Amino acid sequence: MALTQEAVLAGIKEIVEEVAGIPAASIEMNKNFTDDLDVDSLSMVEVVVAAEERFGVKIPDDQVSELATVGDAVNFIVKASA
Amino acid sequence: MIKVRTGTDSQILSVGGYQPARVVPNSEIVDRIDSTDEWIQQRTGIESRRFAAPDESVIDMATKACQQALDRAHLTMADIDTVIVATITYPFQAPSAATALVARLGNPQAAAFDINAACAGFCYGLGMASDFVRSGTSKHVLVVGVEKLSDFTDPDDRATAFIFADGAGAVIVGPSDHPGIGPTVWGSDADSRDAIVMNPSWNEFRNDAQGVKWPNISQQGQAVFRWAVFSMSKAGVRALEAAGVTPDQLDAFIPHQANVRIIETMAKEMKIPEKVIIAQDIRTSGNTSAASVPLAMSALLAEHPELHGGLALLIGYGAGLVYAGQVVQLPPKP
Repeated sequence: MALTQEAVLAGIKEIVEEVAGIPAASIEMNKNFTDDLDVDSLSMVEVVVAAEERFGVKIPDDQVSELATVGDAVNFIVKASA
Repeated sequence: MIKVRTGTDSQILSVGGYQPARVVPNSEIVDRIDSTDEWIQQRTGIESRRFAAPDESVIDMATKACQQALDRAHLTMADIDTVIVATITYPFQAPSAATALVARLGNPQAAAFDINAACAGFCYGLGMASDFVRSGTSKHVLVVGVEKLSDFTDPDDRATAFIFADGAGAVIVGPSDHPGIGPTVWGSDADSRDAIVMNPSWNEFRNDAQGVKWPNISQQGQAVFRWAVFSMSKAGVRALEAAGVTPDQLDAFIPHQANVRIIETMAKEMKIPEKVIIAQDIRTSGNTSAASVPLAMSALLAEHPELHGGLALLIGYGAGLVYAGQVVQLPPKP
Protein backbone atom coordinates (compact mmCIF):
# COMPACT_ATOMS: atom_id res chain seq x y z
CA MET A 1 0.00 0.00 0.00
CA ALA A 2 1.25 3.45 -0.92
CA LEU A 3 2.40 5.71 1.87
CA THR A 4 0.51 8.96 2.38
CA GLN A 5 2.10 12.31 1.70
CA GLU A 6 1.47 13.33 5.33
CA ALA A 7 3.23 10.25 6.72
CA VAL A 8 6.26 10.67 4.47
CA LEU A 9 6.54 14.41 5.21
CA ALA A 10 6.47 13.69 8.95
CA GLY A 11 9.22 11.10 8.51
CA ILE A 12 11.36 13.38 6.33
CA LYS A 13 11.08 16.14 8.93
CA GLU A 14 12.43 13.81 11.61
CA ILE A 15 15.26 12.59 9.37
CA VAL A 16 16.36 16.09 8.31
CA GLU A 17 16.28 17.24 11.93
CA GLU A 18 18.39 14.24 12.95
CA VAL A 19 20.93 14.49 10.09
CA ALA A 20 21.28 18.25 9.66
CA GLY A 21 19.99 19.66 12.95
CA ILE A 22 17.21 21.67 11.23
CA PRO A 23 14.13 22.12 13.52
CA ALA A 24 11.28 19.99 12.13
CA ALA A 25 8.89 22.93 12.44
CA SER A 26 10.77 24.86 9.76
CA ILE A 27 10.64 22.02 7.22
CA GLU A 28 7.83 22.36 4.67
CA MET A 29 7.02 20.87 1.26
CA ASN A 30 8.17 23.94 -0.68
CA LYS A 31 11.54 24.30 1.09
CA ASN A 32 14.65 23.80 -1.03
CA PHE A 33 17.14 21.49 0.69
CA THR A 34 20.20 23.50 -0.35
CA ASP A 35 18.97 27.10 -0.43
CA ASP A 36 16.40 27.12 2.39
CA LEU A 37 17.52 24.36 4.75
CA ASP A 38 21.31 24.44 4.21
CA VAL A 39 21.43 20.66 3.66
CA ASP A 40 24.58 20.18 1.56
CA SER A 41 25.12 17.44 -1.03
CA LEU A 42 26.74 15.00 1.42
CA SER A 43 24.10 15.51 4.13
CA MET A 44 21.53 14.93 1.37
CA VAL A 45 23.01 11.46 0.84
CA GLU A 46 22.55 10.74 4.55
CA VAL A 47 18.93 11.94 4.34
CA VAL A 48 18.32 9.72 1.31
CA VAL A 49 19.82 6.61 2.91
CA ALA A 50 17.82 7.16 6.11
CA ALA A 51 14.65 7.66 4.04
CA GLU A 52 15.32 4.45 2.09
CA GLU A 53 15.58 2.48 5.31
CA ARG A 54 12.57 4.10 6.91
CA PHE A 55 10.19 3.87 3.96
CA GLY A 56 11.51 0.70 2.28
CA VAL A 57 12.11 2.36 -1.08
CA LYS A 58 15.15 2.71 -3.38
CA ILE A 59 16.40 6.18 -4.32
CA PRO A 60 19.13 5.68 -6.97
CA ASP A 61 22.28 7.84 -6.95
CA ASP A 62 21.31 9.54 -10.22
CA GLN A 63 17.96 10.52 -8.70
CA VAL A 64 19.38 12.22 -5.60
CA SER A 65 20.36 15.44 -7.38
CA GLU A 66 16.82 15.71 -8.81
CA LEU A 67 15.32 16.04 -5.33
CA ALA A 68 15.61 19.82 -4.95
CA THR A 69 12.77 20.43 -2.50
CA VAL A 70 11.27 18.56 0.42
CA GLY A 71 8.17 18.09 -1.75
CA ASP A 72 10.27 16.46 -4.52
CA ALA A 73 11.58 13.93 -2.00
CA VAL A 74 8.17 13.29 -0.43
CA ASN A 75 6.47 12.81 -3.82
CA PHE A 76 9.25 10.53 -5.08
CA ILE A 77 8.95 8.32 -2.00
CA VAL A 78 5.14 8.21 -2.15
CA LYS A 79 5.31 7.21 -5.82
CA ALA A 80 8.06 4.65 -5.24
CA SER A 81 6.05 3.02 -2.46
CA ALA A 82 2.94 2.62 -4.62
CA MET B 1 55.43 -35.16 -3.17
CA ILE B 2 56.00 -31.44 -3.41
CA LYS B 3 57.59 -29.88 -0.35
CA VAL B 4 55.89 -26.76 1.02
CA ARG B 5 56.99 -24.05 3.38
CA THR B 6 55.24 -22.93 6.49
CA GLY B 7 55.64 -19.54 8.08
CA THR B 8 54.93 -17.84 11.35
CA ASP B 9 52.39 -15.40 12.68
CA SER B 10 52.84 -11.90 11.32
CA GLN B 11 52.89 -8.36 12.65
CA ILE B 12 53.64 -4.80 11.62
CA LEU B 13 57.18 -4.18 12.88
CA SER B 14 57.35 -0.48 12.03
CA VAL B 15 55.80 2.34 10.03
CA GLY B 16 57.41 5.25 8.21
CA GLY B 17 55.97 8.29 6.50
CA TYR B 18 57.18 11.02 4.20
CA GLN B 19 55.42 14.22 3.17
CA PRO B 20 56.81 16.71 0.66
CA ALA B 21 57.97 20.02 2.12
CA ARG B 22 55.51 22.29 0.32
CA VAL B 23 52.34 23.03 2.29
CA VAL B 24 49.46 24.05 0.03
CA PRO B 25 46.66 25.82 1.92
CA ASN B 26 43.12 25.98 0.52
CA SER B 27 43.73 29.64 -0.34
CA GLU B 28 46.10 28.48 -3.09
CA ILE B 29 43.45 26.21 -4.64
CA VAL B 30 40.23 28.23 -4.43
CA ASP B 31 40.64 30.89 -7.11
CA ARG B 32 40.74 28.46 -10.04
CA ILE B 33 37.60 26.62 -8.87
CA ASP B 34 35.58 29.61 -7.62
CA SER B 35 35.38 28.17 -4.10
CA THR B 36 36.30 29.18 -0.55
CA ASP B 37 38.41 27.84 2.30
CA GLU B 38 35.24 27.53 4.40
CA TRP B 39 33.39 25.53 1.72
CA ILE B 40 36.29 23.08 1.32
CA GLN B 41 36.69 22.61 5.06
CA GLN B 42 32.96 22.08 5.58
CA ARG B 43 32.70 19.46 2.78
CA THR B 44 35.98 17.62 3.37
CA GLY B 45 37.72 18.76 6.55
CA ILE B 46 40.83 19.60 4.49
CA GLU B 47 42.72 22.70 5.66
CA SER B 48 45.92 22.13 3.68
CA ARG B 49 47.77 19.43 1.80
CA ARG B 50 51.32 18.74 0.59
CA PHE B 51 52.43 18.83 -3.04
CA ALA B 52 55.73 17.34 -4.15
CA ALA B 53 58.27 19.49 -5.97
CA PRO B 54 58.16 19.19 -9.79
CA ASP B 55 61.35 17.13 -9.79
CA GLU B 56 60.40 15.05 -6.71
CA SER B 57 59.27 11.59 -7.88
CA VAL B 58 57.14 8.82 -6.48
CA ILE B 59 60.38 6.86 -5.97
CA ASP B 60 62.01 9.79 -4.10
CA MET B 61 59.08 9.95 -1.68
CA ALA B 62 58.78 6.18 -1.25
CA THR B 63 62.52 5.89 -0.53
CA LYS B 64 62.27 8.31 2.38
CA ALA B 65 59.23 6.59 3.92
CA CYS B 66 60.89 3.17 3.56
CA GLN B 67 64.16 4.35 5.10
CA GLN B 68 62.26 5.62 8.14
CA ALA B 69 60.39 2.30 8.46
CA LEU B 70 63.67 0.36 8.19
CA ASP B 71 65.37 2.55 10.82
CA ARG B 72 62.46 2.20 13.21
CA ALA B 73 62.48 -1.60 12.86
CA HIS B 74 66.29 -1.67 13.27
CA LEU B 75 66.53 -3.52 9.95
CA THR B 76 68.43 -2.84 6.74
CA MET B 77 67.30 -3.38 3.17
CA ALA B 78 69.31 -6.62 3.15
CA ASP B 79 66.73 -8.04 5.58
CA ILE B 80 63.83 -7.32 3.20
CA ASP B 81 62.97 -10.14 0.78
CA THR B 82 59.74 -8.76 -0.70
CA VAL B 83 58.56 -5.26 -1.66
CA ILE B 84 54.97 -4.40 -2.59
CA VAL B 85 54.24 -0.91 -3.88
CA ALA B 86 50.65 0.33 -4.07
CA THR B 87 50.31 3.33 -6.38
CA ILE B 88 48.27 4.70 -9.26
CA THR B 89 50.58 7.60 -10.06
CA TYR B 90 53.92 6.03 -11.02
CA PRO B 91 54.30 7.45 -14.52
CA PHE B 92 55.70 4.31 -16.17
CA GLN B 93 53.68 1.22 -17.13
CA ALA B 94 56.87 -0.85 -16.85
CA PRO B 95 59.16 -1.67 -15.23
CA SER B 96 57.42 -1.30 -11.89
CA ALA B 97 57.88 1.32 -9.17
CA ALA B 98 58.80 -1.54 -6.82
CA THR B 99 61.86 -2.52 -8.89
CA ALA B 100 62.97 1.11 -9.06
CA LEU B 101 62.57 1.28 -5.28
CA VAL B 102 64.56 -1.87 -4.46
CA ALA B 103 67.34 -0.73 -6.81
CA ARG B 104 67.43 2.67 -5.07
CA LEU B 105 67.27 1.18 -1.57
CA GLY B 106 70.13 -1.21 -2.32
CA ASN B 107 68.61 -4.69 -2.52
CA PRO B 108 67.92 -5.28 -6.20
CA GLN B 109 67.41 -9.01 -5.58
CA ALA B 110 64.22 -8.69 -3.51
CA ALA B 111 60.91 -9.81 -5.00
CA ALA B 112 59.21 -6.62 -6.13
CA PHE B 113 55.89 -5.73 -7.72
CA ASP B 114 53.23 -3.01 -7.87
CA ILE B 115 49.52 -3.35 -7.21
CA ASN B 116 46.73 -1.17 -8.53
CA ALA B 117 43.95 -1.05 -5.99
CA ALA B 118 43.79 2.75 -5.83
CA CYS B 119 43.02 4.09 -2.34
CA ALA B 120 42.63 0.51 -1.08
CA GLY B 121 46.09 -0.44 -2.35
CA PHE B 122 47.91 -0.26 0.95
CA CYS B 123 45.41 -2.49 2.76
CA TYR B 124 45.46 -4.93 -0.18
CA GLY B 125 49.25 -5.05 0.06
CA LEU B 126 49.23 -5.40 3.84
CA GLY B 127 46.88 -8.38 3.59
CA MET B 128 49.14 -10.05 1.02
CA ALA B 129 52.28 -9.30 3.04
CA SER B 130 50.77 -10.89 6.14
CA ASP B 131 49.79 -13.98 4.18
CA PHE B 132 53.28 -14.19 2.60
CA VAL B 133 54.85 -14.26 6.09
CA ARG B 134 52.26 -16.70 7.40
CA SER B 135 52.82 -19.07 4.47
CA GLY B 136 56.62 -18.87 4.63
CA THR B 137 56.94 -17.24 1.20
CA SER B 138 58.54 -14.16 2.75
CA LYS B 139 60.14 -13.19 6.04
CA HIS B 140 60.21 -9.40 5.92
CA VAL B 141 57.91 -7.55 3.53
CA LEU B 142 58.05 -3.83 2.85
CA VAL B 143 54.57 -2.55 1.96
CA VAL B 144 54.56 0.94 0.49
CA GLY B 145 51.72 3.27 -0.44
CA VAL B 146 52.90 6.25 -2.47
CA GLU B 147 51.22 8.82 -4.69
CA LYS B 148 52.00 11.99 -6.58
CA LEU B 149 48.38 12.83 -7.29
CA SER B 150 49.19 16.47 -8.02
CA ASP B 151 50.42 15.21 -11.42
CA PHE B 152 47.03 13.62 -12.17
CA THR B 153 44.58 16.15 -10.74
CA ASP B 154 42.91 18.85 -12.83
CA PRO B 155 43.40 22.13 -10.90
CA ASP B 156 40.26 23.48 -12.61
CA ASP B 157 37.98 20.57 -11.62
CA ARG B 158 35.61 21.94 -8.96
CA ALA B 159 34.88 18.43 -7.65
CA THR B 160 38.43 17.19 -7.10
CA ALA B 161 41.05 19.97 -7.23
CA PHE B 162 41.02 20.44 -3.44
CA ILE B 163 40.99 16.74 -2.50
CA PHE B 164 44.11 15.01 -3.77
CA ALA B 165 47.70 15.33 -2.57
CA ASP B 166 51.14 13.73 -2.46
CA GLY B 167 53.03 11.57 0.02
CA ALA B 168 54.35 8.14 0.94
CA GLY B 169 53.88 5.68 3.81
CA ALA B 170 55.46 2.30 4.43
CA VAL B 171 55.29 -0.56 6.91
CA ILE B 172 57.48 -3.60 7.43
CA VAL B 173 55.57 -6.81 8.00
CA GLY B 174 57.58 -9.58 9.65
CA PRO B 175 57.46 -12.65 11.87
CA SER B 176 55.69 -12.65 15.20
CA ASP B 177 55.06 -15.02 18.12
CA HIS B 178 51.36 -14.03 18.13
CA PRO B 179 48.80 -12.97 15.50
CA GLY B 180 49.44 -9.26 14.90
CA ILE B 181 47.41 -8.84 11.71
CA GLY B 182 43.82 -10.07 11.47
CA PRO B 183 42.17 -11.62 8.42
CA THR B 184 41.77 -9.28 5.45
CA VAL B 185 38.19 -8.59 4.42
CA TRP B 186 38.32 -7.44 0.81
CA GLY B 187 36.32 -7.26 -2.37
CA SER B 188 35.05 -5.00 -5.08
CA ASP B 189 31.88 -3.34 -6.33
CA ALA B 190 32.92 -3.36 -9.96
CA ASP B 191 29.46 -2.40 -11.21
CA SER B 192 30.45 1.05 -9.98
CA ARG B 193 33.70 1.31 -11.96
CA ASP B 194 32.53 4.69 -13.28
CA ALA B 195 32.27 6.27 -9.82
CA ILE B 196 35.98 7.17 -9.66
CA VAL B 197 38.01 7.20 -12.86
CA MET B 198 41.30 8.38 -14.29
CA ASN B 199 40.52 9.48 -17.85
CA PRO B 200 41.27 9.57 -20.74
CA SER B 201 43.24 6.42 -21.56
CA TRP B 202 46.83 6.81 -22.75
CA ASN B 203 45.68 5.69 -26.22
CA GLU B 204 43.04 8.41 -26.41
CA PHE B 205 45.59 10.94 -25.21
CA ARG B 206 48.16 9.82 -27.78
CA ASN B 207 45.67 9.81 -30.64
CA ASP B 208 44.30 13.27 -29.97
CA ALA B 209 46.95 15.16 -28.06
CA GLN B 210 45.46 18.47 -29.17
CA GLY B 211 41.88 17.97 -28.04
CA VAL B 212 42.21 15.60 -25.09
CA LYS B 213 43.46 16.61 -21.68
CA TRP B 214 46.12 14.79 -19.68
CA PRO B 215 44.72 11.81 -17.70
CA ASN B 216 43.32 12.95 -14.36
CA ILE B 217 41.01 11.74 -11.64
CA SER B 218 37.33 12.56 -11.48
CA GLN B 219 34.62 11.17 -9.26
CA GLN B 220 30.88 11.18 -8.61
CA GLY B 221 30.90 12.70 -5.13
CA GLN B 222 27.48 11.67 -3.86
CA ALA B 223 27.69 8.10 -5.15
CA VAL B 224 31.16 7.67 -3.65
CA PHE B 225 30.05 9.18 -0.33
CA ARG B 226 27.09 6.81 -0.11
CA TRP B 227 29.19 3.75 -0.93
CA ALA B 228 32.06 4.80 1.33
CA VAL B 229 29.91 5.47 4.36
CA PHE B 230 27.24 2.83 4.14
CA SER B 231 28.99 -0.09 2.40
CA MET B 232 32.42 0.45 3.95
CA SER B 233 31.08 0.64 7.50
CA LYS B 234 29.61 -2.83 6.90
CA ALA B 235 32.98 -4.04 5.56
CA GLY B 236 34.66 -2.60 8.65
CA VAL B 237 32.28 -4.50 10.90
CA ARG B 238 33.10 -7.69 8.96
CA ALA B 239 36.84 -7.10 9.45
CA LEU B 240 36.25 -6.72 13.20
CA GLU B 241 34.18 -9.91 13.32
CA ALA B 242 36.79 -11.81 11.29
CA ALA B 243 39.44 -10.83 13.86
CA GLY B 244 37.17 -11.58 16.83
CA VAL B 245 37.52 -7.99 18.04
CA THR B 246 34.66 -5.77 19.24
CA PRO B 247 34.59 -1.99 18.60
CA ASP B 248 35.18 -1.26 22.30
CA GLN B 249 38.41 -3.31 22.20
CA LEU B 250 39.88 -0.99 19.57
CA ASP B 251 42.37 1.71 20.46
CA ALA B 252 42.35 3.40 17.08
CA PHE B 253 40.41 3.57 13.83
CA ILE B 254 42.53 4.41 10.78
CA PRO B 255 40.37 4.51 7.66
CA HIS B 256 41.48 5.77 4.25
CA GLN B 257 41.67 9.56 4.51
CA ALA B 258 39.16 10.51 1.82
CA ASN B 259 36.99 13.05 3.62
CA VAL B 260 36.40 13.91 7.29
CA ARG B 261 32.64 13.69 6.73
CA ILE B 262 33.02 10.12 5.46
CA ILE B 263 35.29 9.22 8.40
CA GLU B 264 32.92 10.67 11.00
CA THR B 265 29.75 9.20 9.48
CA MET B 266 31.43 5.81 9.04
CA ALA B 267 32.48 5.79 12.72
CA LYS B 268 28.90 6.65 13.71
CA GLU B 269 27.47 3.87 11.52
CA MET B 270 29.94 1.35 12.97
CA LYS B 271 29.19 2.51 16.53
CA ILE B 272 32.87 3.11 17.25
CA PRO B 273 33.02 4.21 20.93
CA GLU B 274 34.23 7.73 21.71
CA LYS B 275 37.33 6.46 23.50
CA VAL B 276 38.69 5.08 20.21
CA ILE B 277 41.11 7.56 18.60
CA ILE B 278 40.12 8.23 15.01
CA ALA B 279 42.76 9.28 12.49
CA GLN B 280 41.98 12.60 10.82
CA ASP B 281 45.28 13.16 9.07
CA ILE B 282 43.35 14.34 6.02
CA ARG B 283 42.95 17.79 7.63
CA THR B 284 46.57 18.69 6.88
CA SER B 285 47.50 15.99 4.37
CA GLY B 286 44.57 15.83 1.93
CA ASN B 287 43.68 12.56 0.24
CA THR B 288 46.91 10.76 -0.68
CA SER B 289 45.16 7.60 -1.97
CA ALA B 290 47.35 4.53 -1.38
CA ALA B 291 49.62 6.48 0.99
CA SER B 292 46.87 7.73 3.29
CA VAL B 293 46.51 4.80 5.71
CA PRO B 294 50.24 4.36 6.52
CA LEU B 295 50.75 8.15 6.60
CA ALA B 296 47.82 8.50 9.00
CA MET B 297 49.18 5.63 11.11
CA SER B 298 52.60 7.27 11.32
CA ALA B 299 51.09 10.66 12.25
CA LEU B 300 48.76 9.12 14.83
CA LEU B 301 51.62 7.28 16.58
CA ALA B 302 53.69 10.48 16.65
CA GLU B 303 50.79 12.34 18.25
CA HIS B 304 49.68 9.50 20.55
CA PRO B 305 52.76 7.38 21.47
CA GLU B 306 50.55 5.41 23.88
CA LEU B 307 48.95 3.77 20.83
CA HIS B 308 52.09 1.74 20.02
CA GLY B 309 51.11 -1.92 20.34
CA GLY B 310 47.40 -1.06 20.48
CA LEU B 311 44.66 -2.48 18.29
CA ALA B 312 43.55 -0.56 15.21
CA LEU B 313 41.01 -1.16 12.48
CA LEU B 314 42.35 -0.22 9.04
CA ILE B 315 40.17 0.10 5.95
CA GLY B 316 41.03 1.31 2.48
CA TYR B 317 38.52 1.91 -0.33
CA GLY B 318 38.62 3.58 -3.69
CA ALA B 319 38.50 3.45 -7.48
CA GLY B 320 37.27 0.14 -8.81
CA LEU B 321 35.37 0.29 -6.62
CA VAL B 322 37.58 -1.84 -4.37
CA TYR B 323 38.12 -2.18 -0.65
CA ALA B 324 40.18 -4.04 1.95
CA GLY B 325 40.33 -3.85 5.72
CA GLN B 326 41.89 -5.64 8.66
CA VAL B 327 42.42 -5.32 12.40
CA VAL B 328 46.11 -4.89 13.27
CA GLN B 329 48.26 -4.48 16.28
CA LEU B 330 50.03 -1.15 15.80
CA PRO B 331 53.84 -1.42 15.67
CA PRO B 332 55.85 -1.36 18.90
CA LYS B 333 57.69 1.77 19.99
CA PRO B 334 60.92 2.01 17.95
